[in-house]
Amino acid sequence: MSRATSSTVTLEVTRYRPEEETEPTLQTYEVPLEQDWVVLDALNYIKDRQDGSLSYRWSCRMGVCGSCGMMVNGTPKLTCAAFLTDYAPGPIRVEPLQFFPIMRDLIVDVTDFLSKLKSVKPWIIRDTERPLAEGEYRQTPDELDAYQQFSQCINCMLCYAACPVVGLEPDFIGPASIALAQRYNLDSRDEGARERLDILSTHDGIWGCTFVGECTKVCPKHVDPAGAIQQYKLTSGLDSLKSLLLPWGAK
Amino acid sequence: MARPITPLLWMSFSAGGTIAALLFPIHLFLTGLAFPLGWLDAPSYESLRGLLQHPLTRVYLFVLISLPLFHWAHRFRYILYDGFQLYHLTRSIAALCYGAAAIGAAVAACLLWNVA
Amino acid sequence: MSTDAHYTPYHPKWYRRRVSVWWWLKNRTYAGFVLRELSSVFVAFFAIVLLWEIRAVLEGPEAYAQFTARLQTPLFLALDLVAFLFVLFHAITWFNAAPAAMVVRVRGKRLPDWVVAGSNYVGWFLLSMVIAGILLRG
Repeated sequence: MSRATSSTVTLEVTRYRPEEETEPTLQTYEVPLEQDWVVLDALNYIKDRQDGSLSYRWSCRMGVCGSCGMMVNGTPKLTCAAFLTDYAPGPIRVEPLQFFPIMRDLIVDVTDFLSKLKSVKPWIIRDTERPLAEGEYRQTPDELDAYQQFSQCINCMLCYAACPVVGLEPDFIGPASIALAQRYNLDSRDEGARERLDILSTHDGIWGCTFVGECTKVCPKHVDPAGAIQQYKLTSGLDSLKSLLLPWGAK
Repeated sequence: MARPITPLLWMSFSAGGTIAALLFPIHLFLTGLAFPLGWLDAPSYESLRGLLQHPLTRVYLFVLISLPLFHWAHRFRYILYDGFQLYHLTRSIAALCYGAAAIGAAVAACLLWNVA
Repeated sequence: MSTDAHYTPYHPKWYRRRVSVWWWLKNRTYAGFVLRELSSVFVAFFAIVLLWEIRAVLEGPEAYAQFTARLQTPLFLALDLVAFLFVLFHAITWFNAAPAAMVVRVRGKRLPDWVVAGSNYVGWFLLSMVIAGILLRG
């Protein structure tokens, strides 16, 4: 493979080997500054040719799997979407996603996120299932439009790495999970909004959010989790107001 | 589920923020800058006193003062909690903030209730 | 799944980075966020000034004259200028954030953000003109 350019760029990559050291360090690598390379390409180049011990997650390399999220120069990015030329002349600092425990090098533990996601019941909840004979649940384009944006989430956790509340309050459910809860609340086929409200209208849920808005800024799929949370706050607030002013109204 | 008052506190924060955003700039500009600096003619004492007698003015002023105070209370409480990590003081902080706002609203109500 | 073995979230060798008290200085957005939140202090400040003004008006012309004189001192002019800038900052960030919370659907389609924010700005302008009209009349 011939190289079009001979210039290189420096990558400063977090290394953490728990069996050898107690604290992460930064290791420097020189990588070719190819015009069409992303940070993930640079990491793969390092692993293939320079240092096979470098550990990191990746899969689709095209921005749909959500595996390769890392901090690039202090900002959460999908490394498959971060072009080297955008950071030239460098150095480019590649660190594990912020606010997650580091298992090794660039790999973080995501168990916490997964349990928070599960806790909001991100699936269709029905009071009664329709019998199969009645056919599928049908949806108009407008009904789909109501929740579609929030369904684009690829669980990449960049929003968690961006949200200061996630860092400051370990039990905060977090942007993606709340956005996904909204995705189901707004789905015309779902009947579980009240059930989810009990889980989310809590201090660890929507009320922990202070609308910093950084989650929406870093989201690679334009889900707008901050918007989802504010809309949910408004829904919950109006709900409370209604039950306060009209206590006899049926819930 | 959080205490039922939480969504209502957020609604008061939201309403207060909207009122502060829509109305405070002009009021502050006039009362705090344009009138004292003489850029514009301040209303006379008599006209202000007359305005104050109207029940609508009094309701308007009550809302103009109380809701933004609750807006401050909610925001300030959260920034102390998150910004300065004062988690262990959260109960006292909440009580102080909302309490102060409530006192301000009460003072406003007392002043505006009976205006001859 | 066996109930004997279970993985606890705590693993001694994983490295947990502590969040510093100065987290909000790391980033322009975070710093802007804290400034936005602190603008609420100036909102409260002006609410108190309004309260004070009402009390002065109710106490009589001399009290009101004292109030207006106080507002003309350099200290209060400076405070009011700073408060005005912060209140403007609050208003602008508030109106720009409004579309996130307020989803308005017309005939099934969501109104674009600039329409929601724009109508807030228009309302702001109109209300300001009304208030100015009332206060500048007398």
